[in-house]
Amino acid sequence: MEITRAEVLKIAELAKLHFPESELDAFLAQFQRILDYIEKLKEVNVEGIEPTSHVALSGAHGSSHHRADETRSSLSVEEALMNAPDRGEDQFAVPKVIG
Amino acid sequence: MMRDTVDLTSAWTIRDAVNTGAISAAQVARVALRRIESSDPALGAFVTVEPERVLARAAEVDRLVRTSGALPLAGVPVAVKDNICTRLVGTTCCSKILENFIPPYDASAVARMETAGAIVIGKTNCDEFAMGSSTENSAWQATHNPYGLDRVAGGSSGGSAASVAAGMASLALGSETGGSVRQPASFCNVLGLKPTYGRISRYGLVAFASSLDCIGLIAHSPRDLALLLSVTAGCDERDSTSAAAPVPDYIAALDQSVAGMRLGIPREYFGAGIDPDVKDIVDRGLRNAEALGCELVEISMPHTEYAIADYYIIAPAEASSNLARYDAVRYGLRAPGARDLSEMYKLSRSAGFGAEVKRRIMIGTYALSSGYYEAYYGRAMRVRTLIKRDFEKAFADVDALLAPVSPTPAFRLGEKIQDPLAMYLSDVYTVTANLAGVPALSIPCGISHAGLPVGLQILGNHLEESSLLRFAGCYMNAFPLVTPPLKI
Repeated sequence: MEITRAEVLKIAELAKLHFPESELDAFLAQFQRILDYIEKLKEVNVEGIEPTSHVALSGAHGSSHHRADETRSSLSVEEALMNAPDRGEDQFAVPKVIG
Repeated sequence: MMRDTVDLTSAWTIRDAVNTGAISAAQVARVALRRIESSDPALGAFVTVEPERVLARAAEVDRLVRTSGALPLAGVPVAVKDNICTRLVGTTCCSKILENFIPPYDASAVARMETAGAIVIGKTNCDEFAMGSSTENSAWQATHNPYGLDRVAGGSSGGSAASVAAGMASLALGSETGGSVRQPASFCNVLGLKPTYGRISRYGLVAFASSLDCIGLIAHSPRDLALLLSVTAGCDERDSTSAAAPVPDYIAALDQSVAGMRLGIPREYFGAGIDPDVKDIVDRGLRNAEALGCELVEISMPHTEYAIADYYIIAPAEASSNLARYDAVRYGLRAPGARDLSEMYKLSRSAGFGAEVKRRIMIGTYALSSGYYEAYYGRAMRVRTLIKRDFEKAFADVDALLAPVSPTPAFRLGEKIQDPLAMYLSDVYTVTANLAGVPALSIPCGISHAGLPVGLQILGNHLEESSLLRFAGCYMNAFPLVTPPLKI
């Protein structure tokens, strides 16, 4: 599938990434090569094949962990905020959201 | 044991010596720190080493051994990949976006090792967010191969493999999403295990592609590997995908014979593109397996050729979703000067992520975007079923599979970094195990004409780590490791 500059810009917007004009052509060429390669999957007949979204074990060896709904201690406010780029009044601070 | 002759290549010997008081954990730690100081400038395996913290921790282990008795990993220096959380020790995933991130908690695997008496000696270099096959995508440095300094150590767990290979740590934790422990292990002449999906808790492993991610283990011997797996494996209520299956006695498995073991040789793993040296060495490995009494059967796994394409839809799709968390709000880099929230996201993510991470987020976002979802991600999930079925069919007939790990020995630094697709294709024999969730182990098998290590891969059915270790134990007993001189 041919990918256009406009599409790359649209995907970048969805992914919240910005590519400077100077990098865009090189990126587009690499992106296209990778897409051309993954086109290979079109050769496979997948009709009637169920999708696999994960490979966690099932049955007795499986992975369903439920516990009683009881309050437990977790990270303290200080620990939760220790990596915050900006904080105030025990909360994460961000630029103004509503104008 | 004399203080200056501590052999860091055997976790087993160290823990016995520490447990009996023949040596202290503090002495072992000092030796490891000295090795790092002398060897690492040439290798670049470590990104964080905090000697004071290490020595304080070693003193604590010495106290613990005195007061509570023997511990399974007493005083053993372990290197930990920088995408695995270590409480109060920087964990950057070798990304600028996490340059200042300090985890307030330990990964479960780290916590278990520490309870067992291990000492986290430092954090190791990797490709940014484990995305890469050479450790050149690190935001901090490249890691050099101890067997050829102009060569890559492999990736993404290149720092972990090099640290063990060069004797700076006895054991290491790495992570695997598509071969990232087995390939560097193969390049660095050490053992690398990717366990069954869910066998080791992922809690505290920074998410890349959650349906593929595993913590993997690196060691010099099958016995050390079995010891580390015994400590780290097991159910964890903090990881809803961790397996409830009981943890067997991996160490006892090492003493059993492999005579009569039926091993499948998938012909698709020996096709075009394999380096002649690698083919010769792996062929010799197959003959050695026969000499041990294994029965070799040629089989076909017809969907192998689609594994890389499949992986490079599924892994980026999951990554694009997982890495949405880097929003500059709760942790990570926040670029200055944003006028609103949306601009803050864009500026921060664009400044914080490197080229390969951006590329994969873009591929993944594209593959999941409306109009393309079914054609890419939907189809990829169905092809994944077919790849899984190849394994199910194979394991209905054979006990395990033997194959190469990588089509080539360690390539040169810079050789593939400008060509992402060529880099992706170097994972052709390893990504299948991640897609199917089965365990696989890279065992040192021989040395190429250029003096570079080449691994042999054994792949097993779900939860069959014991069989892989048993094979590795018998193999390395009968055909001891060849170690050319390190280039450091």
